[in-house]
Amino acid sequence: MSVLSKLKETIVCLKAGRVTLPYPAQARPVPERFRGRPIFDAAKCTGCGGCANNCPAREILVFDVCQEVRVLQYLGRRCTYCGRCADVCPEKAVTMSHEFENATNAIGDIQQRIELFMSTCQRCGRCFKEPTTLDQLKMKGYRFDDVAHERWVFRSKAYLESEPVVDDIKIEWD
Amino acid sequence: MLKKLCQKMFGRSLWVYHANSGGCNGCDIEVLNVLTPYYDAERFGIKLVGSPRHADVMLCQGPAMRATGQALKRAYDAMPAPKLVFAIGSCACGGGIWFDSYSVLGPVEKVVPVNFYIPGCPPRPEAIIYGVAVALGLVDKKTAPVQFKQIELPIPRYHPGDLRGRDELVVYEKVEKV
Ligand code: SF4
Ligand code: SF4
Ligand code: SF4
Repeated sequence: MSVLSKLKETIVCLKAGRVTLPYPAQARPVPERFRGRPIFDAAKCTGCGGCANNCPAREILVFDVCQEVRVLQYLGRRCTYCGRCADVCPEKAVTMSHEFENATNAIGDIQQRIELFMSTCQRCGRCFKEPTTLDQLKMKGYRFDDVAHERWVFRSKAYLESEPVVDDIKIEWD
Repeated sequence: MLKKLCQKMFGRSLWVYHANSGGCNGCDIEVLNVLTPYYDAERFGIKLVGSPRHADVMLCQGPAMRATGQALKRAYDAMPAPKLVFAIGSCACGGGIWFDSYSVLGPVEKVVPVNFYIPGCPPRPEAIIYGVAVALGLVDKKTAPVQFKQIELPIPRYHPGDLRGRDELVVYEKVEKV
């Protein structure tokens, strides 16, 4: 019985033939909708920071080195290739490429850094107005990306604390 | 240097030990995919072993967690030198999307020294084979850091106080001032 089953297995194996792909020598084309490494197009990017705000891995850091220069830094190390940055970018400056051969011996190799020139409104010093006061606080001055530790942090944690900072609720109750 | 050393030390056969320190299993499945006949990593002499004491290479998946970081370190210490560590997946390379969670220490390089990084979530089986081929010196790595500058620093600041009248024109004077 067992000899018969072995014979059967041999026939199955012979029928299948050779299936191994000759990979590093000859690559198979990737699927059409495959998402590889996001590529940032510096010519199209306006530095709005939408990608940084929507990245689930907090992978893109945006910070202003001075009034006129904004730096957009894609670290590449914890990117999940989800494509949200490409989805939200209003200028279509991010494309999900088909590149997957990103193996490296230095993780900094995957980094992309864009330094953008931001023009300043000569009257107000900035250009956009955020819809709510909380958004204004989050966007201007109170949001700060920690470049040394590659983290996204809030400079003010006031609105995250469970206790209200100003006892406005109590005042209302009184 | 490292490449030559690798070729010398690991010329014949790499025995790999597969360590998951808290990933979601996505990368595990891709690594097992690499060992199937379809991708057949045994062409390169790669063999999966069950104990770090038999292994030349540790394949790390998942971030170093508070609970598993020490175990990962012990597994690394148990491997005989020379040893290589591969960080597979964005969790192992950079902590993944949970990098700032309370239970995550961070990328595995916080606990063990990493030699090769294979980013992806999960990386394709081809990408893992490519990483191994880079380590063995069969192919060259394709990535390099990209930097783009629209303007060089320092740039002049505009100050209305620096406007001077000259003949009939108003001239902005201290252009070199930052
Ligand atoms: S692909 Fe996803 S994880 Fe990667 S940078 Fe874009 S939004 Fe962030
Ligand atoms: S969302 Fe697009 S335009 Fe805005 S900062 Fe990101 S890449 Fe630039
Ligand atoms: S890199 Fe992605 S697929 Fe791999 S363990 Fe982490 S979350 Fe899972």
